[in-house]
Amino acid sequence: MKRPVAITGVGLASSQGEGRSAHAALLKGAAPVLDEVRFAPYPVHPLAPLPFDTTIPRREMRQMETWQRLGVYAAGLALDDAGLRDRVAEVDLIVAAGGGERDTALDEQILAVRPDEAGRHRMLMDGLRPTLFLAQLSNLLAGSISIVHNVAGSSRTLLGEEIAGAEAIRVQAARIAAGTSELGLVGGAFAGERFDQLLLYAFGGALQAGPWQPLPGRPGMVFGSAAAFLTLEPATTAASPLAVLSHIATDQGPAAGRPDRLAALFAGLPERSPGCLTISTACGAPGPTRDELAALGTTPDLFTADLVGHAVEAAFPMGLALGALAIAAGAPQVLVTGTGQWRGEAVALLEKPA
Amino acid sequence: MRIAVTGIGLVTALGAGAEANWGALSTGRSGIRHITRFDTTGMRATIAACVDFPEDEGRAFTTAARVERLGEMVIGEALAQAGLEGPFGGPLAIGMPPVEVEWPQRLSFGVNTYPELMAAAPTAMPLYEEFLFGGASTRLAERFGTTGVPQVVTTACASGGSAIQLAVEAIRRGEARKAIAAGSDASLQPETLIRFGLLQALSTRNDPPESASRPFTLTRDGFVMGDGAGALILEEEAHALERGATILGYVLGAGEAADTFHRTRSTPDGSAIVRCMQRALDDAGLTPADIGYINAHGTSTPENDKMEAQAIRMLFGEAPPPVSSTKSMIGHTLSAAGAIEAAICLLALRHQVLPPTINQDDVDTALGLDTVPVSRPHRFTAALSNSFGFGGQNVSVVLGAGPVT
Repeated sequence: MKRPVAITGVGLASSQGEGRSAHAALLKGAAPVLDEVRFAPYPVHPLAPLPFDTTIPRREMRQMETWQRLGVYAAGLALDDAGLRDRVAEVDLIVAAGGGERDTALDEQILAVRPDEAGRHRMLMDGLRPTLFLAQLSNLLAGSISIVHNVAGSSRTLLGEEIAGAEAIRVQAARIAAGTSELGLVGGAFAGERFDQLLLYAFGGALQAGPWQPLPGRPGMVFGSAAAFLTLEPATTAASPLAVLSHIATDQGPAAGRPDRLAALFAGLPERSPGCLTISTACGAPGPTRDELAALGTTPDLFTADLVGHAVEAAFPMGLALGALAIAAGAPQVLVTGTGQWRGEAVALLEKPA
Repeated sequence: MRIAVTGIGLVTALGAGAEANWGALSTGRSGIRHITRFDTTGMRATIAACVDFPEDEGRAFTTAARVERLGEMVIGEALAQAGLEGPFGGPLAIGMPPVEVEWPQRLSFGVNTYPELMAAAPTAMPLYEEFLFGGASTRLAERFGTTGVPQVVTTACASGGSAIQLAVEAIRRGEARKAIAAGSDASLQPETLIRFGLLQALSTRNDPPESASRPFTLTRDGFVMGDGAGALILEEEAHALERGATILGYVLGAGEAADTFHRTRSTPDGSAIVRCMQRALDDAGLTPADIGYINAHGTSTPENDKMEAQAIRMLFGEAPPPVSSTKSMIGHTLSAAGAIEAAICLLALRHQVLPPTINQDDVDTALGLDTVPVSRPHRFTAALSNSFGFGGQNVSVVLGAGPVT
């Protein structure tokens, strides 16, 4: 059984605000919202102020930090957008996740004191808030979504930076196409305004330092705090489909083979119609971005990283969500592409619902 | 379509290799000991089921590096048993823990603040590749020539079960005729031990270490962390038969159910666990009466063992099949537990012997389970392996005996 799969709701939050209209407006292009001071030399796209407490109970808020709150909030927006609140018990959830926030103030105390091994452990035992671990565990974004929104089907969390976001959607779409799932909620969240997070990626040397510039001329990644969740349903039974996900494919391998793998992914795409809009979720890291644009052959119509910043695990879901909004606004077809900063390539095609 | 298992790889604190582990497990040996790879002065839990390596002398062998090493060992073993050389040519699904920069690395830059660390950072490419969440899995995928995106799954302590489920689903959907399903964990580093301790999840019965993990007893007081990894080579049965491979057993089905109750506790009526086990049986096309043995999640925490026993009796009745927790010997291997314990079920089915729950000198009889205090012969054709994670992520896998040879 191969059933067509529809995107029936989107839950979006970023530096540009929250929800459908704030993000549909980005399809015409938009100036970035930037903070170039707080994490200098690295600019970031800061998260817009969001009323987390309107949907997340206070006692749950205390168990989370910004990364989980953002993801839980955006997942709720997607359920509302699709009108699926009464079907949460059957929702199959796949989250693409990184990790949660460290207590960076405690880290800096330890770095400053530089105690011996036992002294370091003592400072951690005395200083760490016990429930912080639950805010850090990668699968607890999914766990928190289940607890706050009563999502009670299956729950899986995929790791692996950008490609995890694309693979999560591929797997959930394949489950619906195969008839083993009726309703999916899939996506990710990324909190870019974090020293601990920036540090890991800074190790890789591909963050852009200094004043912001747009892609493709920019020499590196600029992070944005953002979340994107999609609801997926069989197209034939979806009450109000936004777009049909007619194709999604992913691949991964050594960096040297990336141009060939991208070429194969493009060769596997169904025929593109005139007027097909192209949305690239290129991260900005030089090698992968160059290879992705070379495979595309033309400059994409939109770079998600220019609109909301690069959102790592949430980047590909954000591209697909913007693509679904573009279809809803009249685009005949949308191609979404993405290439991981270190590994992984993905393409997807969206069409108008029948 | 039946999914055959043609290769098994295991590393735990009991040793390397599936048969070596079976030998130790079936004689009730414990791999739990005092931690030596870091200073445990002042810590409440000072024991674990450690898999140590020569690199531990240098004290900078990270969770990320150990996870990769353990994964490499078990996948290599499983492939060799399956008679599959060279590029594997199918997908990899692997349960792994989240990893992060650890203290020896953080301190190595000799600076006091995050901005200073970031200023020093662009010179640290090896650390970037080591600590990316997709790092270890990618190196394993490239080492063994698996296809597509390695599916690195984390559902906390259910991750290994989720990996088996992802691999089974890929084969059933026709995306591949064979897949590697694995789990690898080595979360035992100081900060993680401290974090689990702060949640009061760990046993503090440090002496003697081997008696600390005592699932289903009155004096159980928490789990014991364990390093380890397990790998299964899964194939469409026809594919295994076509190439003349020895079928070691079957993955008959899997089920999962998200619990919406609490981050670290199950719904008090046990319904989420029951739903999870029921879905696994349904997926396998079996009834509770077909299950001859349950390898419990059985962490040795007061809460888990009570809830799991209650749920087992709800589904299987007041005379459920024998239930043992091999975590009594190998500790709780977290992201690897689902894969390791599925492998143990397959070995038990092959040997027609039940592995024990050791330390049963004060069994909590209110739980109403036959916990297999001593290993014993048992005729059975199917086993259920339970894995429940923080965050309410529950997975059960049904394993079946291979053809009689």
